[in-house]
Amino acid sequence: MTGLRYVYAVCRPFGTPLQAQLTGVSGDPPRLLPHHGLVAVVSHVPEADFAEEPLRAHLEDLDWLTAVARAHQGVIDALTTVTTPLPLRLGTVFRDDSGVRTMMEAREESFLRTLDRLEGRVEWGVKVYLESEPAPETAVAPERKPASGRDYLRQRRMRTKSHEELWQKAETFATRLHEMLSECAEDSRLHAPQNPTLSGASGRNVLNAAYLVRRTESEEFVEKVDRTKDGAPGIRVELTGPWAAYSFAGEETAPSEGKPGEGP
Amino acid sequence: MTTPSRLPEPYGQGGGANLADILERVLDKGVVIAGDIRINLLDIELLTIKLRLIVASVDKAKEMGIDWWESDPALSSRARRDELARENAELRERLARLEELEPRRAQEETP
Repeated sequence: MTGLRYVYAVCRPFGTPLQAQLTGVSGDPPRLLPHHGLVAVVSHVPEADFAEEPLRAHLEDLDWLTAVARAHQGVIDALTTVTTPLPLRLGTVFRDDSGVRTMMEAREESFLRTLDRLEGRVEWGVKVYLESEPAPETAVAPERKPASGRDYLRQRRMRTKSHEELWQKAETFATRLHEMLSECAEDSRLHAPQNPTLSGASGRNVLNAAYLVRRTESEEFVEKVDRTKDGAPGIRVELTGPWAAYSFAGEETAPSEGKPGEGP
Repeated sequence: MTTPSRLPEPYGQGGGANLADILERVLDKGVVIAGDIRINLLDIELLTIKLRLIVASVDKAKEMGIDWWESDPALSSRARRDELARENAELRERLARLEELEPRRAQEETP
């Protein structure tokens, strides 16, 4: 069985070898497939798992998906240590090497353009959480049994109000943080808040953003984020990265002048 | 938690990334290329995956009026939420008034 070709990323040729023990989505080590001025990073995958029907079925299986996603990210992460990869979406599969080369040839120009744009940049993820429990000093007075319907509603309103205030505070914090970080990033993206069951994170995710930052400016960026971490009680800031520029790899999201979060 | 190795050199393994961080990137970001194996992630599969991934948080977020990420980063939901909060307060007041009226009316109605 020859297997199919799973493509992780497209890069410019790079001199540093990948870690020897690195394995791809099916245990096969990633190989480099050069074509013109580009290199595709590819591994062989079995048809039994990656042909159309089995792949479709597998994608419904969160455990399988998790393993493949981690392996995919593992390869991209290894590439990020030695070059600036253009990560492809999970599940980009070709029949053979020549299919991969044809694809590279057809998209050569746009790959090169995007690689130029991302060269020397990485992505940092910043999330803001509102901790579930309000800080003791902001907690409402201990519950007493409401004397009347009106009393009950008054108590309820108090609770809702303090909840609203917390949200307001978190939102203001997140907006300000996003504005500040956008200023020292080349580009930014706002992502949907995360599902706590998947992320395993506590609290409510109120900001989930990605920032495109030069490697050379990353240290400064990280310090900036670190400095905000103790700034507000009840609010937690989390930093992830450096990632390959996943959130900025799409062609249609080519750099625009305006940054998200910049209001009139 | 983030790890100390998240400085530019050397690169860590995605820092303190959780599963949601990884899935949202490998499934939803990155370059989309139609391979020989045509799984139409965009039209069908990814949608169901995405729904499963974010539906809980979307519901919660919407409940709270946080939906700016799906339309406009300029936090456009605030105005709407203020409006809702005002309306809510009004309705609660009215309900409280009605509840106060209710026992009196019940007394009047019993002979």
